[in-house]
Amino acid sequence: MEHISFLVAVVIITALAFDFTNGFHDTANASATAIATGALRPKVAVTIAALLNFAGAFLSVKVATTISGGIVNEKAGVHPEIIFAALAGAILWNLLTWLRGLPSSSSHALYGGLIGATIVGVGMNGVNFDTVVTKIIIPAVASPFVAGLASWGATKLAYAITRKGGSAVSDKGFKTGQIFSSSLISLAHGTNDAQKTMGIITLTLVSVGALPHGALPPTWVIVSAGAAIALGTYMGGWRIIRSMGKGLADIKPLQGFASESAVSTVILTSSHMGFGLSTTQVCTGGIMGAGLGGPKPELRWSLVRRMVYTWGLTLPAAGLVSGGAAALARQGAWGVALVGAALVAGSAAMWVLSRRERVGADNVNDVAEVTPIEVTPIEVTPIDVVEVAPVEVTAAAPATAAPTPASTTVAA
Amino acid sequence: MHIKWNALAQTAGISFGVTVAVVAVFALGILALSRREAALGARQAADGQASGGRPALLAGAYACFALCAAAVAYGLVLIAAP
Repeated sequence: MEHISFLVAVVIITALAFDFTNGFHDTANASATAIATGALRPKVAVTIAALLNFAGAFLSVKVATTISGGIVNEKAGVHPEIIFAALAGAILWNLLTWLRGLPSSSSHALYGGLIGATIVGVGMNGVNFDTVVTKIIIPAVASPFVAGLASWGATKLAYAITRKGGSAVSDKGFKTGQIFSSSLISLAHGTNDAQKTMGIITLTLVSVGALPHGALPPTWVIVSAGAAIALGTYMGGWRIIRSMGKGLADIKPLQGFASESAVSTVILTSSHMGFGLSTTQVCTGGIMGAGLGGPKPELRWSLVRRMVYTWGLTLPAAGLVSGGAAALARQGAWGVALVGAALVAGSAAMWVLSRRERVGADNVNDVAEVTPIEVTPIEVTPIDVVEVAPVEVTAAAPATAAPTPASTTVAA
Repeated sequence: MHIKWNALAQTAGISFGVTVAVVAVFALGILALSRREAALGARQAADGQASGGRPALLAGAYACFALCAAAVAYGLVLIAAP
């Protein structure tokens, strides 16, 4: 460990910061439906999710050993500066989507950041585009449909079966079931996503020679990655929990259980088959399926449309920001410092904006009280992007602002 | 570029089948529980006391939940598999 330079230390801290944003961005995946149906109280739900995310980090290091599943050609010369730039783009995109309450994929933000920074820092040969299509794009398009279909079928069938039973008993039963099904999502999430950060840190340590090639993540890396994602999860991305739990459809315990079961099954099956997919997108698909399979099929399509736009934008937007950051960071120490300063300033600005319309454990289910956020956030966010990537600003700023209409938070 | 359509289709099929099966079994368990509740309630109304209690329905419900638990345990083994 004596080889760890200042830059490597900064990269490790930034990786843990990304892990933290990943945690609170994805709390909703496991807890949104359990909180919305009242199966678990909000604080209890995020506490369970945090503990299980931490436990999940220790279950396996299978993904961590091949960072990002071979998307980036690690031998082409990936330096700590490039990884730092990738993380900066991913964190900023995660915070921006969280501010707007949109469940976008943290994994896609990280992949996009890696791809963008590698193209700028190494060149096109640094990215395996075949792998990008087969391992990211196709599963990303297919998985929400699979989860939605499974959740829709399960909801229909479960309603048909329990139609003749008493509704009080079945509500209570499905709420109990939801505790288990949402726990399974948390565990699977911890296993998948904490490993990505472990992989990043390990790759950085290997790239500076602090660890031999092909080394497994050291224990301190596993523990700190697990702790960062658990802490992020415990903070609770309440904005996203509200969008997913209350914004898409009115979910009853039966639908929540069906959706959570579909999500766990899809995640476990596909990671077993080697498809890396976004838990967030699978989850959204599951909730939509459950909403459409209910007795009164309904979905709030405007929110669905906004989410789908965001999914499409995540990879290129994070890539653009990270590409710009990589162009700066490779200029030397001052470039890295500038990217770091922009990252801190941008994150702080978004946190301050989030305080204006606070969403927390106490008001996460009160959709009626929410007044739509005014245009202000949209005007401010491009400035954050400007600070990070002056080169890309004309492309990045309209892209992030364009598809999101003025009223942000889900006002039923 | 080689796209594994086969593996994709398999993943989709298995996911769908397992989800629908687990949720259906769980729903059957719930149905058994609520039938038992209804029967107990009816008997209570007739006799003025809640006794006996339809052991077959209770056992059926527990069998259903045990099946679901087994499916979850198998999922955990899949995650933790080396």
